[in-house]
Amino acid sequence: MAIDWQLATVTAVRDETPTVRSFTLGLPGWSGHRPGQHVDLRLTAEDGYSVERSYSIASEPERAGEVHITVERIPGGEVSPFLHEVVVPGDRLEVRGPIGGYFVWEASLGGPLLLIAGGSGVVPLMAMARHRARAGSRIPARMLFSSRGPDEIIYRAELDRLAAAGDGFVVAHTLTRQQPPGWTGYARRIDEGMLAEVIEPLGAATRAYACGPTALVETVANGLVRLGLPPDRIRTERFGPTGT
Amino acid sequence: MDERIAMMHDDPAVDLTVDGSAVGGLLAAVFGAEMTATPGQCASCRTVSVVGTMRAYVRGPGVILRCPACAEVVLRIVQTPRGTMVDARGAAYLVVDRG
Repeated sequence: MAIDWQLATVTAVRDETPTVRSFTLGLPGWSGHRPGQHVDLRLTAEDGYSVERSYSIASEPERAGEVHITVERIPGGEVSPFLHEVVVPGDRLEVRGPIGGYFVWEASLGGPLLLIAGGSGVVPLMAMARHRARAGSRIPARMLFSSRGPDEIIYRAELDRLAAAGDGFVVAHTLTRQQPPGWTGYARRIDEGMLAEVIEPLGAATRAYACGPTALVETVANGLVRLGLPPDRIRTERFGPTGT
Repeated sequence: MDERIAMMHDDPAVDLTVDGSAVGGLLAAVFGAEMTATPGQCASCRTVSVVGTMRAYVRGPGVILRCPACAEVVLRIVQTPRGTMVDARGAAYLVVDRG
């Protein structure tokens, strides 16, 4: 298994929100990945000091020769401030991957598909949504996405486009701290009632993927089990490979 | 290799525990295979669980994986300048997938 470190070239940098930025990593020798997998990124200082972080892959595997990662800037962090403030296109970063085989969804696994995200937990779920669209899948899919406020919704415009495509992808937002005037979405933390409403059109055979802070993921996993979803159809990821 | 290396997920906003999936890169480097989708058995309570669902503690000097059912330690991995130390006494078995 090829798990060696390889050199990626940053080919594009894009702001998603005031505190979240996406990086396109050019990887000519990339072996391909599955939606939901992550990469490890290693930074090494001149004195040899080195740190590693895991970042979920945001891009779909149909995109050859590159992966996208989306990074939330964590004040006081060792890696994310560097990525935000220092890294520009043309820079090179050490990467290894793809990593992970559990928190993975591909169109060939079937559906219906339920994606539940808190904050930058949306990143691996975005890889699944992008893959679903790019593969021409019409598997019914719904995303429930919890953000703090309207300016903090990562991928907002792209999610609107995916939902407008008319191929069976629906997005429901909840804004937990601040809602704009006229907001018609949810305005509270994810709870069992919200989960029941979102999953209802999909039915009990749904495959569910939840990623975000631990408390959100626990609420979602326990709530979905109480709503009758078999535990083996619920896959969770507690904020590890995202946003750090 | 600098002894400060290891997996240092010490950003303040990171939860104390993450899923086993998060340390898949380290596990792949140690075992030479993708480990997070394969099962392991807790030697303490005998629960079999997928490694990706075990609780991973990554903020210490090494990585600790605990059983999601009983919270006992299944695996300890510490990287030092001399090499990688693997303490697997908490695992009845782990499956290394050569597929």
